[in-house]
Amino acid sequence: MNQIKSKSFLETAAVPFFSILFGFILGAIVMLAFGYNPLAAYEALFVGVFTNRYFFGEALVQATVLTFTGLAFAVASRAGFFNIGVAGQFLFGWLASVTFALAFPSIPRILMVPLVLGVGMIAGSFYAGIAGFLRAYFGTSEVIVTIMLNHTMLLISNYMTNFVIGSGSKTGFVGDNTSLSVKFLSDLTNGSRLNIGFILAIIFVILYKIFMDHTVRGFELQAVGLNAEAARYAGMSAKRNIIVSMLISGGVAGIGGAIQGIGTFKYLFTQSSIPSQGFDGIAVALLGMGNPYGIFASSFLFGILKQGATFMPSQAGVPNELVDVVIASIIFFVGASYIIRILMKKFGFSKD
Amino acid sequence: MENIENVVEMNNITKIFGNFTANEDINFHVRKGEIHALLGENGAGKSTLMNMLGGVFEPTSGEIKVRGEKVVIDSPDKADELGIGMVHQHFMLVDKFTVTENIMLGREEHNAGYIDTKTAEKRIEELSNRYGLSVDPRAKVEDITVGMQQRTEILKALYKGSEILILDEPTAVLTPQEIEELMNIIRALAAEGRSIIIITHKLDEIKAVADRCTVIRRGKKTGTVNVADTTQQQLADMMVGRAVNFNVEKGPSHPGDVILDVKDLVVEDHRGLNAVDGTSLQIRSGEILGLAGIDGNGQSEFVQALSGMMPVKSGTIHLKGKNVTNMTPREITESGYAHIPEDRHLHGLILDMSLEKNMVLQTYYKEPFSKNGFMQDKEIKDYALRLIDEFDVRMSSEENPARDLSGGNQQKAIIAREIDRDPDLLVAAQPTRGLDVGAIEFIHKRLVEQRDKGKAVLLMSFELDEILDVSDRIAVMYEGKIMAVVDAKETNENELGLLMAGSSLEDTDSKKYEREEKMTDESN
Ligand SMILES: Nc1ncnc2c1ncn2[C@@H]1O[C@H](COP(=O)(O)OP(=O)(O)OP(=O)(O)O)[C@@H](O)[C@H]1O
Ligand SMILES: [Mg+2]
Repeated sequence: MNQIKSKSFLETAAVPFFSILFGFILGAIVMLAFGYNPLAAYEALFVGVFTNRYFFGEALVQATVLTFTGLAFAVASRAGFFNIGVAGQFLFGWLASVTFALAFPSIPRILMVPLVLGVGMIAGSFYAGIAGFLRAYFGTSEVIVTIMLNHTMLLISNYMTNFVIGSGSKTGFVGDNTSLSVKFLSDLTNGSRLNIGFILAIIFVILYKIFMDHTVRGFELQAVGLNAEAARYAGMSAKRNIIVSMLISGGVAGIGGAIQGIGTFKYLFTQSSIPSQGFDGIAVALLGMGNPYGIFASSFLFGILKQGATFMPSQAGVPNELVDVVIASIIFFVGASYIIRILMKKFGFSKD
Repeated sequence: MENIENVVEMNNITKIFGNFTANEDINFHVRKGEIHALLGENGAGKSTLMNMLGGVFEPTSGEIKVRGEKVVIDSPDKADELGIGMVHQHFMLVDKFTVTENIMLGREEHNAGYIDTKTAEKRIEELSNRYGLSVDPRAKVEDITVGMQQRTEILKALYKGSEILILDEPTAVLTPQEIEELMNIIRALAAEGRSIIIITHKLDEIKAVADRCTVIRRGKKTGTVNVADTTQQQLADMMVGRAVNFNVEKGPSHPGDVILDVKDLVVEDHRGLNAVDGTSLQIRSGEILGLAGIDGNGQSEFVQALSGMMPVKSGTIHLKGKNVTNMTPREITESGYAHIPEDRHLHGLILDMSLEKNMVLQTYYKEPFSKNGFMQDKEIKDYALRLIDEFDVRMSSEENPARDLSGGNQQKAIIAREIDRDPDLLVAAQPTRGLDVGAIEFIHKRLVEQRDKGKAVLLMSFELDEILDVSDRIAVMYEGKIMAVVDAKETNENELGLLMAGSSLEDTDSKKYEREEKMTDESN
């Protein structure tokens, strides 16, 4: 499906580009206002990530997970649903995969890895499915339901961590039979936590593209998302599409959670708040304009920002929180892409 | 100085979309106080030309002068400033807002920072009384009829003080009575010295109100004529470039088995009232049944229930002997049903999807368009291109979103898709709405062709001419009930009009009788 075919690639890419640019500028203004040197801060951020293979690997670790949560949000939004619950589904994927891994320490790795990822996926699907089901059969707003489910999962996960599968605010480490590490990725990045999940993220980007552009299900999802009435008239079942899109969305988020659980951390700890990967995923999806390659690229950017942020306090004296301000500014400008389109028109970047 | 009487001059206007030239070197002049019609086939470039006056598009080249001064109209606001108001082919109202709020939008009256709805309401009432534009200022747009929505659009333009009013196909969605009212309003506005540009495909309307008419064919201007000196046939020939046949040619029908059998159907509308109230109707293969009636007498709900879009409260629908009551749209479609919906934007198309994908909107899941769950892009494209060619859908590329098509071509695309599925029952709701005379001729031919192939056709239309010309039998609906089913050859507009107003057949017979008596009296 190419809804934006009539616009050139440059025009399409210009909006996120300017969003990012303005985000950086606004971030710089904020830093200046608080008496920090934005150039030093940005330098620390980028130099820190790009001159050290280990930290670059760590940025990719962050990007991996964001790709999953971003794709998860995008699937549902293509079908016209606002899955705010990506965070909860992600956390459930994390919880379920760690629980499963702790319970079966002796299944051979070749079986265990697909199993444990599958468990994460099913957990996420199930959790998103609740919202989908309620929306399809009772017309309940998926936005409100998923927001509440996010909080429910936070409590469930913390309870499980403290009292059931772990104690003292964390669980034990999962066995090596679930390890996602592969030698060449670790070697390439000087022993960072980068793992097979990164390859999976790339595969999912491609799968997403194939699903949306070439499968019957993907076609239906988009038709329902673009014009639910016409889709119904054409014989598509709105109920089924709501549920299917939420199941897929939650499943993708759940795999992301499993990769976080058994790939990045190898355990689960008490969360002080809903995992940020959920909302960052929404931002990534918006910045990527629902396009899978765009989502991948935005995840990469966000990964760099998040990783690079850790250098800003030490090298430029800028507090960590200000990095979130930069990210928030970018998101703000993504949301304001409408304004950017108008500005572009005014300055002659695009016709009609 | 000779051009001072022209309030609008568009000179050598060219508009290119990508590599498609929608307008080529067009000169279009409008005088003060005149009603100027713009005529052309679907996709000729009429809306495009007017959108450049209304500030939606900017010309690729050429100049626009308003009241003798060269202007650049780069936004609808700029058009407002110049006193140009446009009522678009597809309305641009906010559904959830009231009539007043819509009219005020962008022109809010302030009172110490607060929006002053009261004053606005008063002004709107004044305007609506003065021009006979009856609206309910407090009603939400989603609750009012299309006719009232249109009056809202016109009021919006007048409220802004537009001196030049562009109406893009204003009559396509109106009932005959509403059209008559609109014509009077247009005349009154012109008499005040305003200039009116009206786009319409209906030649009798041009003859009725317009002073001059400019004809466009495939993006180029054919000429501007004085309407009084030109016949309808001449206008049609100018626009199509060939002789148009206004009569529907068809042989006698040969009705066969009952295809659609509706018994005691009751359908509730959105408010819970019985919109269809115990309707029974049969359509046989090889016949076209016309469904006539004034808008709002249950025809839309009847058709929506047939297609499975609205639930049936009681009664039954059988299609080829199979009970399809309350089945899903998909099940009904698969039983041999096709439907040209009344509202092409709401039900007919997914505007932001490519035209080619829209062509397989009901059949995408079947071979050859998909295999093992995968869409077969090449098959879909070939199929779309065949339909586009066969039904003369004019557009720049099949990969462009359906939104980019002209209104009439969107309609042709839907018709192509539905007829090509070769259904046993084809339900056509207002199929020729917004089509040019050439396209109407073509569509009518295709409906008759379906009939001659032994299919059943239900034609719902508000246009009595169309119903009378195309149908074999005519059912008249009034307040959810079928008043009568008459033979198309043995009835006339008068009788249908009476039935549509709620008289029974016996009543109309006695009236007919009276009339005949009167006539014989007079001739004596
Ligand atoms: N934004 C666009 N991008 C590409 N092509 C366009 C665009 N807008 C219009 N066109 C093309 O320009 C041509 C003229 O369209 P326009 O809407 O002006 O026709 P029209 O004369 O108003 O027809 P109708 O009577 O059917 O409304 C059409 O072929 C249409 O597909
Ligand atoms: Mg038009």
